Amino acid sequence: MNFENIINEIEKVDPEVYERFDSRRGAMKQFANLSGKLALAAVPLAVASMFSKAYGQTPGNVNNVLNFALTLEYLEAEFYNNIVGSPGYLTASAAAQGALTKIKDDENKHVAFLKTVLGAAAVAKPTFDFTAGNGSNAGPFTGYLGSYAVQLAMAQTFEDTGVRAYKGQAPNLQSNRTVLTAALNIHSVEARHASHIRQMRRALDAAIPPAQKPLKPWVTLNYSGITYSPAADAAIQMSYNGEEVTNQAGVNIIGLGGAFNTAAAASEAFDEPLTMAQVLTIVDPFIV
Amino acid sequence: MTSSPPTKDEKEISSYGLQRRNMLKFFGASAAIVTIGASVASCKKDDMAANDTGVDLGSGDVGILNYAYALEQLEAAFYTQVVATPYGSISALELEYMTDIRNHEVAHREFFKAALTAAAPTMIIPALEVDFSTIDFSSRTSVLNTAKAFEDLGVTAYNGAGQLISTTGNGPTYLGLAGKIVSVEARHAALIADLLSNGTFAATVDANGLDMARTPAQVLAIAGTYIKTKINASNLPS
Repeated sequence: MNFENIINEIEKVDPEVYERFDSRRGAMKQFANLSGKLALAAVPLAVASMFSKAYGQTPGNVNNVLNFALTLEYLEAEFYNNIVGSPGYLTASAAAQGALTKIKDDENKHVAFLKTVLGAAAVAKPTFDFTAGNGSNAGPFTGYLGSYAVQLAMAQTFEDTGVRAYKGQAPNLQSNRTVLTAALNIHSVEARHASHIRQMRRALDAAIPPAQKPLKPWVTLNYSGITYSPAADAAIQMSYNGEEVTNQAGVNIIGLGGAFNTAAAASEAFDEPLTMAQVLTIVDPFIV
Repeated sequence: MTSSPPTKDEKEISSYGLQRRNMLKFFGASAAIVTIGASVASCKKDDMAANDTGVDLGSGDVGILNYAYALEQLEAAFYTQVVATPYGSISALELEYMTDIRNHEVAHREFFKAALTAAAPTMIIPALEVDFSTIDFSSRTSVLNTAKAFEDLGVTAYNGAGQLISTTGNGPTYLGLAGKIVSVEARHAALIADLLSNGTFAATVDANGLDMARTPAQVLAIAGTYIKTKINASNLPS
């Protein structure tokens, strides 16, 4: 994890990020103190807690969350704008092309909607590198425009990540009921998209690890249902870690109401949130 | 006996919201009526309250949890029946999906039951009576159209209830939990829509790219067709 990169990404959507940590030096010092004390595995959690303190109840929080959402929508919209009409897309069935076009339209509407809500406070669209190469245009998804299977794998990951990102921010929008409801109304649309893309991937039956079949419209355990290349798989897996939870608010879901509620079913029944920091780590390679 | 002053037991039953008429219905259920979940532990005829405003969902966050519990009871009962008596033409894939969704909805129902029992044992609503007399479980079209109605209704219900949850105490946690469930309902809704007509997974979305939200009153007016028990949502937050 590159903490400085994360902070830089956040600065793009929230210019006041350093004030939340007192200063840039304060943020770096706080992080250095933390990472000195913690095992590497515990660092993401500690970072998440730093962010949740910094972003907890700050005035202007709602706009920060909306700009975070807008950044993700810019990413999704530009991704679909790029793939619709691409060589990979043109190999797909008419129904599949129609579905991707529909999702493209929805994501562009989300961008327009959030820009309208934010007005002058809206952040500008970043420059994207959809190969996940951080601007090198030579990352693990190089060649995605030519492969329908890779396009669907990326689409699934973006949609499932979007669901988790909005979910994680809902409690931060409670101070504005109208905005909260609008965000929830986008959140469920991302879930509808994810459901359909997953059906498309199941029908295509490409790049799904055999041990993770059948791929379902819902998320089973922490399965991405995707295998492409080691580098791509590692990047994608970050979007699914934590989805395997089977205990909700102290209630063990396994076996609830019947033996049919296995760990797999219990994990599917609840989608899990991601923090802003986790999402920014995931999308970092796509933002130049 | 009914003219005697209320006893402590009567008050407790009353705060449970289970009223005389519904109590009678509950235990006098005909064969066509499916009762679901836990039944009320005891019911002496002396313990009945006099008014008949229906099962009271209650107020505050507990009211919202009861509201969600009521909807999950409805969905779980529906899919339990679908899986128990699948329509004749059901494919292996569709049966897999219906079974998965049944599992999820039962998990949701039982989760709310456990959470409410822990958080507000005197306020949890009882098992509701459902009325599925308008559904033909032998017909794919009838079952899938009903499933679509329930899933879309569930999505709009959770989307609309988010803003009614308190901002303090356990409120943000409850909102987070509702968020964990609503996206699964939306995944179901999209799948069911696609089974009816492939590509209609997001046909509910408006010109801004947004799904709908409904108030509890709007949701219960629609759900009422399928719920025999009268529900009183008048104390919910607004």
